[in-house]
Amino acid sequence: MAVVGGRTQWEIGGQCPEETRLVRAPAGVRAFDPADMTIRVGAGTPVEELDAALAEAGQRANLPVLPGATVGGVLAVGRDDLHALGRGRLRDARLEVVYVGDDGRLVTAGGPTVKNVSGFDLCRLLAGSLGTLGLLGEVILRTWPRPAAQQWLAGPCDPVELRRSMYWPSSILWDGEITWVHLEGHESDVKSEAELARSLGCEPTDGPPSLPAYRVSTGALEVGQPTGSYLVQIGTGMAYVSEPRPIPDADPAVVALHQRLKSEFDPRGRLNPGRDPLAG
Amino acid sequence: MKFRKADPLMRDLRRVLPSDRVRVAPLERSIMGRDASIFEGGRAGPVCFPISTEEVQGCVDAARRHGRAVVPRGAGTGLAGGAVPLEEPVVVVATKMNRLLSVDAEQRVAWVQPGMINLDLSRALAPFGLHFAPDPSSQQVCSLGGNVGTNAGGPHCLALGVTSAHVLAAEVVLMSGESVVLGDAGGWTPGLDLRGAYVGSEGMLGVTTAIAVRLTRNPPAVETLLLAFDSVDAAAQTVSAVIADGIVPAAIEMMDKNIIWAVENFVGAGFPTDAAAVVIVEVDGLPGGVAAEADRVAELAVERGGSVRRATDDEERALIWKGRKSAFGAIAQIKPNYYLHDTVVPRTRLAEVMNQVYEIVDEHDLQVMNVFHAGDGNLHPLLLYDGREPGIMDRVHAAGSAIIEASLAVGGVLSGEHGIGIEKRDFMPLMFSEADLDAQARLRRAFDPEEMANPGKVLPTGASCADVKALDNIPEGVWG
Repeated sequence: MAVVGGRTQWEIGGQCPEETRLVRAPAGVRAFDPADMTIRVGAGTPVEELDAALAEAGQRANLPVLPGATVGGVLAVGRDDLHALGRGRLRDARLEVVYVGDDGRLVTAGGPTVKNVSGFDLCRLLAGSLGTLGLLGEVILRTWPRPAAQQWLAGPCDPVELRRSMYWPSSILWDGEITWVHLEGHESDVKSEAELARSLGCEPTDGPPSLPAYRVSTGALEVGQPTGSYLVQIGTGMAYVSEPRPIPDADPAVVALHQRLKSEFDPRGRLNPGRDPLAG
Repeated sequence: MKFRKADPLMRDLRRVLPSDRVRVAPLERSIMGRDASIFEGGRAGPVCFPISTEEVQGCVDAARRHGRAVVPRGAGTGLAGGAVPLEEPVVVVATKMNRLLSVDAEQRVAWVQPGMINLDLSRALAPFGLHFAPDPSSQQVCSLGGNVGTNAGGPHCLALGVTSAHVLAAEVVLMSGESVVLGDAGGWTPGLDLRGAYVGSEGMLGVTTAIAVRLTRNPPAVETLLLAFDSVDAAAQTVSAVIADGIVPAAIEMMDKNIIWAVENFVGAGFPTDAAAVVIVEVDGLPGGVAAEADRVAELAVERGGSVRRATDDEERALIWKGRKSAFGAIAQIKPNYYLHDTVVPRTRLAEVMNQVYEIVDEHDLQVMNVFHAGDGNLHPLLLYDGREPGIMDRVHAAGSAIIEASLAVGGVLSGEHGIGIEKRDFMPLMFSEADLDAQARLRRAFDPEEMANPGKVLPTGASCADVKALDNIPEGVWG
């Protein structure tokens, strides 16, 4: 059995066999209290719908707004937004997850408040699990104010120097020649930081470049002969490449932990068969 | 029991560590039988002070060979009893593994040993213009390994998140004796977020031997405001109004009348002793946003009848924070003992739950002081008592239970930053169903099938052997 979202990242981590029963998670905003800055949504809710609902209250969640993708899908795949450097990681975006376990029971992990250390952190374990430990049904996300101003700049400057000079850029991308930087915040701060970026060789631009197809860890960039183009997401350990690269072998002890987790959470291999988080 | 040199466990431990670092003297075991919580029933077995990952592996191997549990321990400042040893386990203390291993200022990552004191790390990072964001009130004495164990918070975790958001990787010795790195110091690697599952696991998945922490740049501008109010309601409403206005300050802390008086008497931080409550708000970042947000916070406070004082320099700011962080020490002037609670409620329900806390405490004829992380709804009611008074602990526990129930009733949670430990283990079923607890037990078994790491904590008895009825169909109506 597998949950299908928007199929925008459907091939990541392997394919489910044809006979897999596909289900869709419930969709829609269940509860949103702007003053509390949390939102409860069905996992099948399109991220664009979530984003629009939050935008009305001047807020946003820290999820990549992929056209056609669902909230559950982007959380299960666990790929960070391009702005992870400044806004934080996807794994920190959710507060509570309700999922269906291998035995059909509903399980709640985490809690509804913005701060919570009650019990083990299953919420984070499910980030990037590709649905192999449980099928996401409903989530509570933390929301953030939308900044008043934002600006992309790009130019042939040194990404390391740029990062050293700027206080809190939300994104720095580098393709080996050109560096893109995204600034957001109070208008006067974005203006002054943009001035700083210009002094380092960047000029205003409309947005980030299009991403090469495959996401890899920056460690994988160092494996084998470089081919094709790449884009490094500075400060996050992530990069995008146009040609697939071999994934560096994981430590056998880490692989063993993955296997033991899978056999504890899904001993019969019912959930998202064919998928492997280590191959994601 | 007494541990003699000829005891086979002692013999094995002393093959791994020199005899001065395996201690069994009654005084040592008695000290290690407690942490900063109120739990007194702990019994430590041999107390080990390893200085390397290999020595930790040796201790774990020896304990396993003799069927003995292992309790990892940092500085012992935990408030939930997470480090209290039960049934004479081997206690593995991190205090001699307290070095800063490396700092990469460009990549904003440092490797530290688990016994390093939280504040020592930020002090060591000062020349780089960086710091470690989580700042528990005990940061002068608590260890980073303990911070990882409890997923510790602190006043400045409102905008930046608690410990988990600041740990990139952890080197861990599993109960099999294997050493494994969970997470990636470089920032990301494919696979499950084992690092995230490990942080906050209260020593029940393994023993931390090194931590890669994410470093945060010191803000170029900071504004600290001390807001004073005539009522707790007005203070709580101002906190909600700030959040609802779309401002996420670095910190929002609240203190009520009794604690203001105690702190003022203790450190002279310049807090207004005639106020019913004060709120400390700190905004930081680039100068434009900081100025605008500080002005707006002041406006929101004045609209609700508050008075506003802004720290004019770093010295005044430090004094305000000294007042906040000395609160627990100041209490000794009033009663010899206190029991510090830690629950979280939705931020919009703060005023309501605080009023309930006052009522509960009155009903049980106790005194309470509130000093807490208001910005994220993290309540810290301090119940004051004199432990020599007969029957007092029954009242303290009854009031504590009522506070927990009141917090859960409005959609809150059991703990915001102290953890569950022994303290709240038996409250877990109030927040989690049998299926939820079973899922947590599965995580634990995947890491530690024999359940030898810090047994008896977090999960209520029976959770790990819950009667699981397999259902072949998913619930109807849930899935479209």
